[in-house]
Amino acid sequence: MGMFDAARIREDFPILAQTVNGRPLVYLDNAATTQKPRQVIDALVRYYETTNANIHRGIHTLAQQATEQYEAVRGKVAAHIGAGRPEEIVFTRNATESINLVARAWADMHVGEGDEVVLTLMEHHSNIVPWQLLARRKGAVLRYVGLTPGGEVDLDHLRELVGPRTKLVSVVHASNVLGTINPVADIAAIAHSAGALVLADGAQSAPHLPVDVAALGVDFFALSSHKMLGPTGVGVLWARHSLLEEMDPFLGGGEMISLVRQEHSTWADVPHKFEAGTPNIADVIAFGAAIDYLGGLGMANVREHEKAITAYAMDTLLRIPGVSLHGPMDVEHRGGAVSFAVDGVHPHDMSTIADGHGVAIRAGHHCAQLLMRRLQVSATNRASFYVYNLPEEVDALVESIEHARRVFADGDS
Amino acid sequence: MAIAEPQFDDLYREIILDHAKKPRNRGELPDATQRAEGLNPVCGDEIAIDLRVDGGQIADIRFRGQGCSISQSSVSMLSEQVKGRSTADAHAISGQFKAMLTESVAPGPDLGDLEALEGVAKFPVRVKCALLGVKVLEDALAQAGSPAKE
Repeated sequence: MGMFDAARIREDFPILAQTVNGRPLVYLDNAATTQKPRQVIDALVRYYETTNANIHRGIHTLAQQATEQYEAVRGKVAAHIGAGRPEEIVFTRNATESINLVARAWADMHVGEGDEVVLTLMEHHSNIVPWQLLARRKGAVLRYVGLTPGGEVDLDHLRELVGPRTKLVSVVHASNVLGTINPVADIAAIAHSAGALVLADGAQSAPHLPVDVAALGVDFFALSSHKMLGPTGVGVLWARHSLLEEMDPFLGGGEMISLVRQEHSTWADVPHKFEAGTPNIADVIAFGAAIDYLGGLGMANVREHEKAITAYAMDTLLRIPGVSLHGPMDVEHRGGAVSFAVDGVHPHDMSTIADGHGVAIRAGHHCAQLLMRRLQVSATNRASFYVYNLPEEVDALVESIEHARRVFADGDS
Repeated sequence: MAIAEPQFDDLYREIILDHAKKPRNRGELPDATQRAEGLNPVCGDEIAIDLRVDGGQIADIRFRGQGCSISQSSVSMLSEQVKGRSTADAHAISGQFKAMLTESVAPGPDLGDLEALEGVAKFPVRVKCALLGVKVLEDALAQAGSPAKE
């Protein structure tokens, strides 16, 4: 894999050096959360040991330093996703909160009774429930785009569904279950032709592939720090500056105001209008270190590494009798989340046996119950890869699957 | 580097695998007097139990469901254990089973094959799988006196 040396990268991740159940930890649950490099952990410790202060209001030296470090991360995130201006980056708690922010601060102003929000059947609950709550508040209607048998969004169905009442099309950029990388630019063009705006849930794309929100043509983009080497508790909403300007605040409190009078207040400028209260300063700053780390690797290289290990995993898993895969087979159209079924072995049993081998995979509905119904399963197994995963770790997963098949074999084991 | 294969004998005992592969008392009771169903939303395990209770005795029991080997073997063994017993006995079995899994109490005298699930207590994330069946059974028992619902 050329310059990209996953074995070298692993040395930056202290947690990966441990054993679990007497075996080397094989961490294949990266779609749930990723591990953190020492650079991120150090940034967190350094902030608390040298800089800790509240931001934006203090005149003293530490407050200035903390403010500068916190604000500098906006620029790093903007550059990472091709945003035009750092002020277009709003810090939230997670991608879920970013989507809720849009559902409240934008949709409450623009979506009325009978208006439509279009989603797909492969959405994470975080991109379903905020819109159900909106629909309840406003009498809006939710429409769901179906999937092709290959596990991709049915664009013909999308064209049928989008119409004059469509106010927003909100889609996942990369599926956490199927791995599918959706053609967001095409989806955005279809939505815009009907006058609707587009939100892309980038929780599973921003960590794994080069993202350029301008090229994608979306209006809103959500991502989550902890799925891209950063700390938990930090999410990002990107939106075009003009949209952020016209939107109402999300939460009210300190930081987000300009003037406060007894009956009313005026709002701070974008993006501070959306960041009420003391933000997660330390974790935002450490998230900056995560983006630096990914920048050092190069997102195009990250993508190539994941394509290679995903192709190896799919190829190897399919050689095991009784194993089947969900989602697109072509790695050009998918990311590194690989859902699979093992005939005769329920995913929970598979996950328990994998854990005995030190292999961390996910079993369950992956917060995508609509997709589980579409696939006609109650749960899947999921292995998901990242920058530090090695082909040998796929082999360890395979060994655990073969073991599970023996335990659950009919007749003699 | 040869590491011994991890052992799951405590969890996946032969009797458990046997019930998981060949569940007993699976199906429906058209003449059920009491019914209940339950779901573990975290993992999607589902169990529905039909009872025919006659004069305080569980004359017959059937269950339907889908899920992992622990949830499905647990309800299969439970169905064998309570069939033909009084509802009071069923409550006692349920109580002993829960105590074994959640309070590390030694298996009670009325558990029969259910005793094989004692090892599940060492896998805390799987305990809820083992308990789904007794939860649904208790719900079904609580339906006493009211007509069976679809």
